[in-house]
Amino acid sequence: MTEIQPTQDTEFTYDSQQRKSPALEELLDVIKYRDLIFQLVRRDIVTRYKRSILGIAWTMLQPLGMMLIMAIVFSTLFQRVEGYVAYLLSGLVAWTFFAQTTNAAIFQTVWGGSLIRRIHIPMTTFSISSIGTGVINLALSLIPLLIIALIVGRPITWAILFLPVSFLLITAFALGVSLILSTMAVYFPDIKEMYQIIIQAWMYLTPIIYPADILPETYRFWILHLNPMYYMISMFRAPIYYGMLPSPDILIPGTLISLATLLAGWIYFANKADEFGYKI
Amino acid sequence: MGPVIVLDNISVRYRAPEAKIGTFKEYAIQALKRNMRFKEFNALNNVSLQVDEGEILGIVGRNGAGKSTLLKVIARVLIPTEGRVRLRGRVSPLLQLGAGFHPELTGMENIFLNGALLGRTRREIESRLEDIVEFADLEAFIHSPLRTYSSGMVARLGFSIATTWKPDILILDEILSVGDENFREKCSLRIESFQKEGAATLLVSHHSSSIETMCSRAIWLDHGTMKADGAVKDVVALYRQSERGRNKQQGKSL
Repeated sequence: MTEIQPTQDTEFTYDSQQRKSPALEELLDVIKYRDLIFQLVRRDIVTRYKRSILGIAWTMLQPLGMMLIMAIVFSTLFQRVEGYVAYLLSGLVAWTFFAQTTNAAIFQTVWGGSLIRRIHIPMTTFSISSIGTGVINLALSLIPLLIIALIVGRPITWAILFLPVSFLLITAFALGVSLILSTMAVYFPDIKEMYQIIIQAWMYLTPIIYPADILPETYRFWILHLNPMYYMISMFRAPIYYGMLPSPDILIPGTLISLATLLAGWIYFANKADEFGYKI
Repeated sequence: MGPVIVLDNISVRYRAPEAKIGTFKEYAIQALKRNMRFKEFNALNNVSLQVDEGEILGIVGRNGAGKSTLLKVIARVLIPTEGRVRLRGRVSPLLQLGAGFHPELTGMENIFLNGALLGRTRREIESRLEDIVEFADLEAFIHSPLRTYSSGMVARLGFSIATTWKPDILILDEILSVGDENFREKCSLRIESFQKEGAATLLVSHHSSSIETMCSRAIWLDHGTMKADGAVKDVVALYRQSERGRNKQQGKSL
Protein backbone atom coordinates (compact mmCIF):
# COMPACT_ATOMS: atom_id res chain seq x y z
CA MET A 1 0.00 0.00 0.00
CA THR A 2 1.51 3.26 -1.10
CA GLU A 3 2.01 5.75 1.65
CA ILE A 4 1.14 9.37 1.21
CA GLN A 5 3.97 11.59 2.29
CA PRO A 6 3.21 15.06 3.54
CA THR A 7 5.36 17.61 1.78
CA GLN A 8 6.45 21.04 2.83
CA ASP A 9 3.87 22.95 0.87
CA THR A 10 0.80 20.78 1.26
CA GLU A 11 -0.14 19.19 4.51
CA PHE A 12 -1.56 15.77 4.65
CA THR A 13 -5.20 16.39 5.30
CA TYR A 14 -7.41 13.41 5.56
CA ASP A 15 -7.17 9.79 6.52
CA SER A 16 -10.54 8.22 7.13
CA GLN A 17 -9.06 5.59 9.38
CA GLN A 18 -7.08 7.85 11.61
CA ARG A 19 -10.10 9.39 13.13
CA LYS A 20 -10.27 10.31 16.74
CA SER A 21 -13.61 10.28 18.46
CA PRO A 22 -16.23 11.93 16.23
CA ALA A 23 -17.12 14.37 18.99
CA LEU A 24 -13.56 15.60 19.31
CA GLU A 25 -13.05 15.70 15.58
CA GLU A 26 -16.19 17.73 15.11
CA LEU A 27 -15.00 20.18 17.74
CA LEU A 28 -11.65 20.65 16.01
CA ASP A 29 -13.38 20.99 12.67
CA VAL A 30 -15.74 23.64 14.00
CA ILE A 31 -12.83 25.61 15.41
CA LYS A 32 -11.28 25.55 11.95
CA TYR A 33 -14.54 26.84 10.54
CA ARG A 34 -15.01 29.58 13.13
CA ASP A 35 -14.98 32.24 10.44
CA LEU A 36 -18.03 30.56 8.96
CA ILE A 37 -19.87 30.78 12.27
CA PHE A 38 -19.07 34.48 12.37
CA GLN A 39 -20.28 34.96 8.80
CA LEU A 40 -23.55 33.12 9.42
CA VAL A 41 -24.29 35.15 12.55
CA ARG A 42 -23.37 38.33 10.72
CA ARG A 43 -25.67 37.36 7.89
CA ASP A 44 -28.57 36.80 10.30
CA ILE A 45 -28.10 40.07 12.14
CA VAL A 46 -27.35 42.24 9.11
CA THR A 47 -30.17 40.94 6.93
CA ARG A 48 -32.65 41.36 9.69
CA TYR A 49 -32.05 45.07 9.90
CA LYS A 50 -30.94 46.06 6.45
CA ARG A 51 -34.34 46.93 5.18
CA SER A 52 -35.82 48.34 8.34
CA ILE A 53 -36.00 52.02 9.04
CA LEU A 54 -35.21 51.82 12.70
CA GLY A 55 -32.32 49.44 12.20
CA ILE A 56 -30.62 48.11 15.29
CA ALA A 57 -33.06 49.92 17.54
CA TRP A 58 -35.69 47.56 16.20
CA THR A 59 -33.86 44.59 17.69
CA MET A 60 -34.53 45.96 21.09
CA LEU A 61 -37.98 47.38 20.51
CA GLN A 62 -39.79 44.71 18.56
CA PRO A 63 -39.63 41.73 20.93
CA LEU A 64 -40.26 44.01 23.86
CA GLY A 65 -43.31 45.43 22.16
CA MET A 66 -44.97 42.03 22.09
CA MET A 67 -44.02 41.32 25.65
CA LEU A 68 -45.32 44.62 26.91
CA ILE A 69 -48.70 43.86 25.42
CA MET A 70 -48.67 40.59 27.30
CA ALA A 71 -47.64 42.39 30.45
CA ILE A 72 -50.52 44.82 30.20
CA VAL A 73 -53.00 42.01 29.61
CA PHE A 74 -51.81 39.81 32.43
CA SER A 75 -50.85 42.37 35.01
CA THR A 76 -54.44 42.83 36.14
CA LEU A 77 -54.71 39.07 36.62
CA PHE A 78 -51.53 38.93 38.62
CA GLN A 79 -51.81 42.22 40.42
CA ARG A 80 -50.36 40.78 43.54
CA VAL A 81 -47.03 40.16 41.88
CA GLU A 82 -45.00 43.26 42.54
CA GLY A 83 -43.55 44.80 39.41
CA TYR A 84 -45.22 42.11 37.33
CA VAL A 85 -43.84 43.58 34.12
CA ALA A 86 -40.32 42.85 35.24
CA TYR A 87 -41.28 39.39 36.45
CA LEU A 88 -42.86 38.51 33.14
CA LEU A 89 -40.23 40.08 30.97
CA SER A 90 -37.24 38.58 32.73
CA GLY A 91 -38.71 35.13 32.15
CA LEU A 92 -40.01 35.83 28.67
CA VAL A 93 -36.75 37.24 27.35
CA ALA A 94 -34.88 34.11 28.39
CA TRP A 95 -37.64 31.87 27.09
CA THR A 96 -37.75 33.62 23.72
CA PHE A 97 -34.02 33.10 23.42
CA PHE A 98 -34.42 29.38 24.02
CA ALA A 99 -37.43 28.91 21.74
CA GLN A 100 -36.08 30.97 18.87
CA THR A 101 -32.58 29.56 18.87
CA THR A 102 -33.71 25.95 19.01
CA ASN A 103 -36.15 26.56 16.18
CA ALA A 104 -33.58 28.41 14.12
CA ALA A 105 -31.04 25.66 14.69
CA ILE A 106 -33.37 23.07 13.22
CA PHE A 107 -34.12 25.25 10.25
CA GLN A 108 -30.49 26.19 9.65
CA THR A 109 -29.21 22.65 9.98
CA VAL A 110 -31.70 21.42 7.41
CA TRP A 111 -30.61 24.27 5.14
CA GLY A 112 -27.00 23.33 5.69
CA GLY A 113 -27.91 19.79 4.81
CA SER A 114 -28.60 20.86 1.28
CA LEU A 115 -25.13 22.38 1.03
CA ILE A 116 -23.20 19.42 2.34
CA ARG A 117 -24.38 17.34 -0.58
CA ARG A 118 -21.52 18.89 -2.51
CA ILE A 119 -18.86 19.99 -0.06
CA HIS A 120 -17.75 19.20 3.41
CA ILE A 121 -18.98 21.50 6.16
CA PRO A 122 -19.07 20.61 9.87
CA MET A 123 -22.79 20.46 10.55
CA THR A 124 -22.68 21.68 14.13
CA THR A 125 -21.78 25.06 12.64
CA PHE A 126 -25.42 25.79 11.90
CA SER A 127 -26.66 25.13 15.41
CA ILE A 128 -23.81 27.13 16.86
CA SER A 129 -24.47 30.10 14.60
CA SER A 130 -28.18 30.04 15.49
CA ILE A 131 -27.24 30.17 19.15
CA GLY A 132 -24.76 32.93 18.41
CA THR A 133 -27.41 35.07 16.73
CA GLY A 134 -29.71 34.43 19.67
CA VAL A 135 -27.08 35.50 22.18
CA ILE A 136 -26.64 38.82 20.44
CA ASN A 137 -30.38 39.43 20.34
CA LEU A 138 -30.63 38.44 23.98
CA ALA A 139 -27.84 40.76 25.01
CA LEU A 140 -29.47 43.64 23.17
CA SER A 141 -32.86 43.02 24.75
CA LEU A 142 -31.29 43.11 28.20
CA ILE A 143 -30.82 46.85 28.00
CA PRO A 144 -34.49 47.83 27.82
CA LEU A 145 -35.28 44.98 30.21
CA LEU A 146 -33.04 46.40 32.91
CA ILE A 147 -34.45 49.85 32.33
CA ILE A 148 -37.98 48.55 32.79
CA ALA A 149 -36.95 46.67 35.91
CA LEU A 150 -35.57 49.87 37.36
CA ILE A 151 -38.72 51.79 36.44
CA VAL A 152 -41.01 49.37 38.28
CA GLY A 153 -38.73 49.51 41.27
CA ARG A 154 -37.05 46.12 41.23
CA PRO A 155 -33.79 45.94 43.13
CA ILE A 156 -30.83 46.04 40.79
CA THR A 157 -27.89 44.95 42.90
CA TRP A 158 -24.42 43.64 42.31
CA ALA A 159 -26.14 40.30 41.67
CA ILE A 160 -26.51 41.58 38.13
CA LEU A 161 -22.92 40.56 37.60
CA PHE A 162 -24.12 36.97 37.72
CA LEU A 163 -25.97 37.44 34.43
CA PRO A 164 -23.08 36.34 32.21
CA VAL A 165 -23.14 33.01 34.02
CA SER A 166 -26.89 32.67 33.49
CA PHE A 167 -26.25 33.49 29.87
CA LEU A 168 -23.63 30.86 29.54
CA LEU A 169 -25.70 28.16 31.14
CA ILE A 170 -28.84 28.81 29.14
CA THR A 171 -26.74 29.01 26.00
CA ALA A 172 -25.16 25.65 26.73
CA PHE A 173 -28.53 24.11 27.40
CA ALA A 174 -30.05 25.60 24.24
CA LEU A 175 -27.12 24.37 22.16
CA GLY A 176 -27.43 20.86 23.54
CA VAL A 177 -31.15 20.76 22.81
CA SER A 178 -30.59 22.27 19.36
CA LEU A 179 -28.07 19.60 18.46
CA ILE A 180 -30.34 16.78 19.53
CA LEU A 181 -33.33 18.20 17.69
CA SER A 182 -31.49 19.09 14.53
CA THR A 183 -29.99 15.61 14.31
CA MET A 184 -33.48 14.19 14.35
CA ALA A 185 -34.71 16.85 11.96
CA VAL A 186 -32.19 15.73 9.34
CA TYR A 187 -33.91 12.36 9.27
CA PHE A 188 -37.50 13.34 9.93
CA PRO A 189 -39.11 16.44 8.45
CA ASP A 190 -42.00 16.38 10.90
CA ILE A 191 -39.75 17.03 13.89
CA LYS A 192 -39.94 20.74 13.24
CA GLU A 193 -43.74 20.80 13.45
CA MET A 194 -43.86 18.52 16.44
CA TYR A 195 -41.42 20.76 18.19
CA GLN A 196 -43.64 23.81 17.68
CA ILE A 197 -46.34 22.10 19.70
CA ILE A 198 -43.94 20.85 22.33
CA ILE A 199 -42.37 24.25 22.84
CA GLN A 200 -45.78 25.87 23.33
CA ALA A 201 -46.82 23.34 25.92
CA TRP A 202 -43.42 23.62 27.56
CA MET A 203 -43.80 27.34 27.94
CA TYR A 204 -47.06 26.95 29.80
CA LEU A 205 -45.51 24.39 32.08
CA THR A 206 -42.78 26.86 33.05
CA PRO A 207 -43.62 29.72 35.44
CA ILE A 208 -43.05 32.53 33.00
CA ILE A 209 -46.41 34.25 32.74
CA TYR A 210 -47.63 33.11 36.14
CA PRO A 211 -46.01 33.07 39.55
CA ALA A 212 -45.01 29.57 40.62
CA ASP A 213 -47.30 29.59 43.64
CA ILE A 214 -50.49 29.27 41.58
CA LEU A 215 -49.54 25.71 40.77
CA PRO A 216 -51.39 23.20 43.00
CA GLU A 217 -49.20 22.27 45.93
CA THR A 218 -49.28 18.54 45.38
CA TYR A 219 -47.78 18.78 41.91
CA ARG A 220 -45.83 21.95 42.25
CA PHE A 221 -42.48 20.49 43.25
CA TRP A 222 -42.40 17.98 40.42
CA ILE A 223 -43.68 20.27 37.71
CA LEU A 224 -41.00 22.74 38.55
CA HIS A 225 -38.06 20.54 39.37
CA LEU A 226 -38.43 18.13 36.48
CA ASN A 227 -38.43 21.03 34.06
CA PRO A 228 -34.93 22.01 32.97
CA MET A 229 -36.15 25.40 31.80
CA TYR A 230 -37.36 26.16 35.31
CA TYR A 231 -33.75 26.30 36.41
CA MET A 232 -32.63 28.32 33.42
CA ILE A 233 -35.39 30.88 33.82
CA SER A 234 -34.84 31.12 37.56
CA MET A 235 -31.14 31.82 37.05
CA PHE A 236 -32.17 34.68 34.84
CA ARG A 237 -34.85 36.05 37.05
CA ALA A 238 -32.88 35.97 40.26
CA PRO A 239 -30.47 38.83 39.44
CA ILE A 240 -32.92 40.90 37.39
CA TYR A 241 -36.20 40.61 39.29
CA TYR A 242 -35.16 39.58 42.77
CA GLY A 243 -31.80 41.28 42.83
CA MET A 244 -30.23 38.15 44.26
CA LEU A 245 -27.96 35.36 43.22
CA PRO A 246 -29.78 32.12 42.40
CA SER A 247 -29.90 29.78 45.37
CA PRO A 248 -27.76 26.62 45.32
CA ASP A 249 -30.78 24.38 44.88
CA ILE A 250 -31.32 26.14 41.55
CA LEU A 251 -27.75 26.78 40.60
CA ILE A 252 -26.34 23.32 41.10
CA PRO A 253 -28.95 21.27 39.24
CA GLY A 254 -29.12 24.04 36.63
CA THR A 255 -25.41 23.88 35.94
CA LEU A 256 -25.38 20.10 35.81
CA ILE A 257 -28.37 19.92 33.49
CA SER A 258 -26.97 22.56 31.22
CA LEU A 259 -23.54 21.01 30.83
CA ALA A 260 -24.83 17.46 30.62
CA THR A 261 -27.27 18.42 27.87
CA LEU A 262 -24.56 20.14 25.91
CA LEU A 263 -22.23 17.18 26.20
CA ALA A 264 -24.93 14.65 25.34
CA GLY A 265 -26.16 16.73 22.41
CA TRP A 266 -22.69 17.24 21.02
CA ILE A 267 -21.71 13.60 21.23
CA TYR A 268 -25.01 12.44 19.78
CA PHE A 269 -24.84 14.88 16.90
CA ALA A 270 -21.19 14.26 16.09
CA ASN A 271 -21.70 10.52 15.99
CA LYS A 272 -24.76 10.76 13.81
CA ALA A 273 -23.20 13.30 11.49
CA ASP A 274 -21.22 10.60 9.73
CA GLU A 275 -24.46 9.33 8.33
CA PHE A 276 -25.83 12.64 7.14
CA GLY A 277 -24.16 12.28 3.78
CA TYR A 278 -26.11 9.07 3.30
CA LYS A 279 -29.38 10.60 4.25
CA ILE A 280 -29.38 13.73 2.23
CA MET B 1 5.43 13.80 -7.02
CA GLY B 2 3.33 11.24 -5.30
CA PRO B 3 -0.28 10.35 -4.88
CA VAL B 4 -2.86 12.88 -3.75
CA ILE B 5 -5.76 10.45 -3.53
CA VAL B 6 -5.58 6.90 -2.27
CA LEU B 7 -8.74 4.85 -1.99
CA ASP B 8 -8.29 1.51 -0.34
CA ASN B 9 -11.15 -0.98 -0.82
CA ILE B 10 -13.87 1.56 -0.44
CA SER B 11 -17.42 0.38 -0.01
CA VAL B 12 -20.40 2.64 0.41
CA ARG B 13 -23.46 0.86 1.63
CA TYR B 14 -26.81 2.54 2.02
CA ARG B 15 -29.20 1.02 4.49
CA ALA B 16 -32.83 1.99 4.27
CA PRO B 17 -35.87 0.58 6.03
CA GLU B 18 -38.03 -1.57 3.83
CA ALA B 19 -41.20 0.13 4.86
CA LYS B 20 -41.39 3.68 3.67
CA ILE B 21 -40.59 5.78 6.70
CA GLY B 22 -40.79 9.46 5.96
CA THR B 23 -41.72 10.98 9.26
CA PHE B 24 -40.80 10.59 12.88
CA LYS B 25 -44.28 9.36 13.72
CA GLU B 26 -43.94 6.54 11.20
CA TYR B 27 -40.53 5.72 12.59
CA ALA B 28 -41.83 5.57 16.13
CA ILE B 29 -44.65 3.27 15.13
CA GLN B 30 -42.38 0.90 13.24
CA ALA B 31 -39.77 0.91 15.97
CA LEU B 32 -42.36 0.08 18.59
CA LYS B 33 -43.76 -2.71 16.49
CA ARG B 34 -40.21 -4.03 16.27
CA ASN B 35 -40.67 -5.12 12.73
CA MET B 36 -38.24 -2.91 10.88
CA ARG B 37 -36.46 -4.69 8.13
CA PHE B 38 -33.77 -3.02 6.17
CA LYS B 39 -32.68 -3.32 2.62
CA GLU B 40 -29.14 -2.56 1.67
CA PHE B 41 -27.81 -0.99 -1.44
CA ASN B 42 -24.16 -1.06 -2.38
CA ALA B 43 -23.35 2.16 -4.13
CA LEU B 44 -19.65 1.32 -4.20
CA ASN B 45 -18.06 -2.09 -3.85
CA ASN B 46 -14.42 -2.54 -2.94
CA VAL B 47 -13.13 0.26 -5.08
CA SER B 48 -9.44 0.96 -4.94
CA LEU B 49 -7.91 3.89 -6.70
CA GLN B 50 -4.82 5.98 -6.65
CA VAL B 51 -4.47 9.37 -8.29
CA ASP B 52 -1.21 11.23 -8.57
CA GLU B 53 -0.49 14.90 -8.57
CA GLY B 54 -1.16 16.48 -11.91
CA GLU B 55 -3.09 13.54 -13.28
CA ILE B 56 -6.28 14.05 -15.22
CA LEU B 57 -8.52 11.08 -14.58
CA GLY B 58 -11.74 10.38 -16.41
CA ILE B 59 -14.60 8.47 -14.83
CA VAL B 60 -17.14 6.77 -17.07
CA GLY B 61 -20.17 4.68 -16.26
CA ARG B 62 -23.90 4.59 -16.61
CA ASN B 63 -26.25 6.56 -14.43
CA GLY B 64 -26.34 5.02 -11.01
CA ALA B 65 -23.00 3.30 -11.47
CA GLY B 66 -21.52 5.06 -8.50
CA LYS B 67 -19.66 7.97 -10.09
CA SER B 68 -21.25 10.63 -7.91
CA THR B 69 -20.81 8.46 -4.86
CA LEU B 70 -17.13 8.09 -5.61
CA LEU B 71 -16.76 11.84 -5.95
CA LYS B 72 -18.63 12.37 -2.70
CA VAL B 73 -16.24 10.08 -0.89
CA ILE B 74 -13.31 12.03 -2.25
CA ALA B 75 -14.93 15.36 -1.42
CA ARG B 76 -15.40 14.18 2.18
CA VAL B 77 -19.14 14.51 1.86
CA LEU B 78 -19.56 10.80 2.44
CA ILE B 79 -17.62 8.64 4.86
CA PRO B 80 -17.17 5.17 3.40
CA THR B 81 -18.88 2.28 5.11
CA GLU B 82 -15.70 0.28 4.67
CA GLY B 83 -12.23 0.99 3.53
CA ARG B 84 -9.80 3.80 3.82
CA VAL B 85 -9.55 7.17 2.12
CA ARG B 86 -6.42 9.23 2.20
CA LEU B 87 -6.19 12.68 0.69
CA ARG B 88 -3.44 15.18 0.43
CA GLY B 89 -4.51 18.75 -0.06
CA ARG B 90 -7.78 20.49 -0.67
CA VAL B 91 -10.61 19.19 -2.77
CA SER B 92 -12.48 21.75 -4.82
CA PRO B 93 -15.73 20.58 -6.30
CA LEU B 94 -15.79 23.48 -8.74
CA LEU B 95 -19.37 24.24 -8.14
CA GLN B 96 -21.31 27.41 -7.89
CA LEU B 97 -22.41 27.41 -4.31
CA GLY B 98 -25.23 29.73 -5.25
CA ALA B 99 -27.32 28.04 -2.64
CA GLY B 100 -25.20 29.71 0.00
CA PHE B 101 -25.78 33.24 -1.28
CA HIS B 102 -28.14 35.57 0.51
CA PRO B 103 -30.04 38.04 -1.70
CA GLU B 104 -30.09 40.84 0.88
CA LEU B 105 -26.34 40.91 1.32
CA THR B 106 -24.09 42.75 -1.10
CA GLY B 107 -21.85 40.93 -3.53
CA MET B 108 -18.90 41.71 -1.29
CA GLU B 109 -20.62 40.36 1.82
CA ASN B 110 -21.62 37.27 -0.08
CA ILE B 111 -18.03 36.68 -1.11
CA PHE B 112 -17.07 36.43 2.54
CA LEU B 113 -20.03 34.21 3.36
CA ASN B 114 -19.43 31.93 0.43
CA GLY B 115 -15.71 31.74 1.01
CA ALA B 116 -16.36 30.77 4.60
CA LEU B 117 -18.73 28.02 3.48
CA LEU B 118 -15.93 26.74 1.28
CA GLY B 119 -13.75 26.57 4.37
CA ARG B 120 -11.61 29.65 3.78
CA THR B 121 -10.47 31.95 6.53
CA ARG B 122 -11.18 35.65 6.45
CA ARG B 123 -7.58 36.41 5.66
CA GLU B 124 -7.53 34.00 2.73
CA ILE B 125 -10.63 35.65 1.34
CA GLU B 126 -9.29 39.14 1.78
CA SER B 127 -6.16 38.25 -0.13
CA ARG B 128 -8.19 37.06 -3.13
CA LEU B 129 -10.88 39.74 -3.03
CA GLU B 130 -9.55 41.77 -5.92
CA ASP B 131 -9.09 38.75 -8.14
CA ILE B 132 -12.57 37.45 -7.39
CA VAL B 133 -14.29 40.71 -8.27
CA GLU B 134 -12.17 41.23 -11.36
CA PHE B 135 -12.57 37.73 -12.72
CA ALA B 136 -16.34 37.97 -12.38
CA ASP B 137 -16.27 41.42 -13.93
CA LEU B 138 -18.43 42.88 -11.19
CA GLU B 139 -16.45 45.87 -9.96
CA ALA B 140 -19.34 48.23 -10.55
CA PHE B 141 -21.88 46.12 -8.71
CA ILE B 142 -19.97 44.53 -5.88
CA HIS B 143 -21.51 46.75 -3.23
CA SER B 144 -25.06 46.28 -4.40
CA PRO B 145 -27.31 43.66 -2.84
CA LEU B 146 -27.32 40.35 -4.65
CA ARG B 147 -31.01 40.57 -5.37
CA THR B 148 -30.19 43.27 -7.92
CA TYR B 149 -27.94 40.91 -9.87
CA SER B 150 -28.97 39.03 -12.96
CA SER B 151 -28.75 35.25 -12.81
CA GLY B 152 -25.68 35.42 -15.01
CA MET B 153 -23.96 37.79 -12.62
CA VAL B 154 -24.76 35.56 -9.68
CA ALA B 155 -23.38 32.57 -11.49
CA ARG B 156 -20.21 34.42 -12.46
CA LEU B 157 -19.66 35.48 -8.89
CA GLY B 158 -20.20 31.96 -7.64
CA PHE B 159 -17.78 30.50 -10.13
CA SER B 160 -15.26 33.20 -9.51
CA ILE B 161 -15.23 32.52 -5.78
CA ALA B 162 -15.09 28.77 -6.25
CA THR B 163 -12.16 28.93 -8.66
CA THR B 164 -10.03 31.61 -7.14
CA TRP B 165 -7.97 29.29 -5.00
CA LYS B 166 -5.92 26.68 -6.70
CA PRO B 167 -7.19 23.32 -5.57
CA ASP B 168 -4.99 20.32 -5.10
CA ILE B 169 -7.78 18.06 -6.27
CA LEU B 170 -10.27 19.36 -8.79
CA ILE B 171 -13.59 17.70 -9.45
CA LEU B 172 -15.37 18.51 -12.67
CA ASP B 173 -18.78 17.02 -13.08
CA GLU B 174 -20.73 19.82 -14.59
CA ILE B 175 -20.48 21.25 -18.01
CA LEU B 176 -19.41 24.81 -17.72
CA SER B 177 -22.52 26.57 -18.90
CA VAL B 178 -22.53 29.89 -17.19
CA GLY B 179 -21.86 33.25 -18.60
CA ASP B 180 -21.03 34.24 -22.12
CA GLU B 181 -18.31 32.89 -24.37
CA ASN B 182 -15.75 35.25 -22.94
CA PHE B 183 -16.41 34.12 -19.38
CA ARG B 184 -16.44 30.48 -20.31
CA GLU B 185 -13.12 30.97 -22.03
CA LYS B 186 -11.68 32.56 -18.90
CA CYS B 187 -12.90 29.61 -16.83
CA SER B 188 -11.40 27.03 -19.17
CA LEU B 189 -8.08 28.85 -19.11
CA ARG B 190 -8.19 28.97 -15.37
CA ILE B 191 -8.86 25.25 -15.08
CA GLU B 192 -6.07 24.56 -17.50
CA SER B 193 -3.66 26.64 -15.46
CA PHE B 194 -4.57 24.69 -12.33
CA GLN B 195 -3.81 21.49 -14.14
CA LYS B 196 -0.48 22.86 -15.32
CA GLU B 197 0.31 23.81 -11.74
CA GLY B 198 -0.17 20.21 -10.71
CA ALA B 199 -3.77 19.89 -9.56
CA ALA B 200 -5.15 16.41 -9.92
CA THR B 201 -8.40 16.47 -11.86
CA LEU B 202 -11.30 14.07 -11.79
CA LEU B 203 -13.56 14.45 -14.77
CA VAL B 204 -16.95 12.83 -14.88
CA SER B 205 -18.89 12.96 -18.05
CA HIS B 206 -21.55 11.07 -19.91
CA HIS B 207 -19.89 12.04 -23.11
CA SER B 208 -17.00 9.62 -23.37
CA SER B 209 -15.67 11.78 -26.16
CA SER B 210 -14.83 14.65 -23.83
CA ILE B 211 -13.15 12.17 -21.53
CA GLU B 212 -11.03 10.95 -24.40
CA THR B 213 -9.90 14.42 -25.37
CA MET B 214 -9.08 15.65 -21.90
CA CYS B 215 -7.80 12.62 -20.01
CA SER B 216 -4.89 10.29 -20.35
CA ARG B 217 -6.28 7.76 -17.89
CA ALA B 218 -9.78 6.63 -17.10
CA ILE B 219 -11.75 4.28 -14.90
CA TRP B 220 -15.05 2.59 -15.62
CA LEU B 221 -17.59 2.09 -12.86
CA ASP B 222 -20.49 -0.30 -13.22
CA HIS B 223 -22.97 -1.03 -10.43
CA GLY B 224 -20.52 0.25 -7.89
CA THR B 225 -17.57 -1.83 -9.00
CA MET B 226 -14.50 -0.73 -10.85
CA LYS B 227 -14.55 -2.60 -14.10
CA ALA B 228 -11.51 -1.03 -15.70
CA ASP B 229 -8.64 1.28 -14.89
CA GLY B 230 -6.10 2.25 -17.47
CA ALA B 231 -5.36 4.17 -20.61
CA VAL B 232 -8.33 6.26 -21.61
CA LYS B 233 -8.73 4.76 -25.07
CA ASP B 234 -8.88 1.21 -23.75
CA VAL B 235 -11.25 1.93 -20.90
CA VAL B 236 -13.61 3.97 -23.03
CA ALA B 237 -13.59 1.23 -25.65
CA LEU B 238 -14.57 -1.36 -23.04
CA TYR B 239 -17.30 0.89 -21.74
CA ARG B 240 -18.69 1.55 -25.17
CA GLN B 241 -18.60 -2.10 -26.00
CA SER B 242 -20.59 -3.01 -22.94
CA GLU B 243 -23.12 -0.29 -23.70
CA ARG B 244 -23.53 -1.56 -27.23
CA GLY B 245 -24.03 -5.05 -25.88
CA ARG B 246 -26.75 -3.83 -23.57
CA ASN B 247 -28.52 -1.93 -26.25
CA LYS B 248 -28.41 -4.90 -28.58
CA GLN B 249 -29.92 -7.09 -25.87
CA GLN B 250 -32.64 -4.62 -25.19
CA GLY B 251 -33.25 -4.22 -28.88
CA LYS B 252 -33.66 -7.97 -29.26
CA SER B 253 -36.23 -8.27 -26.53
CA LEU B 254 -38.47 -5.62 -28.02
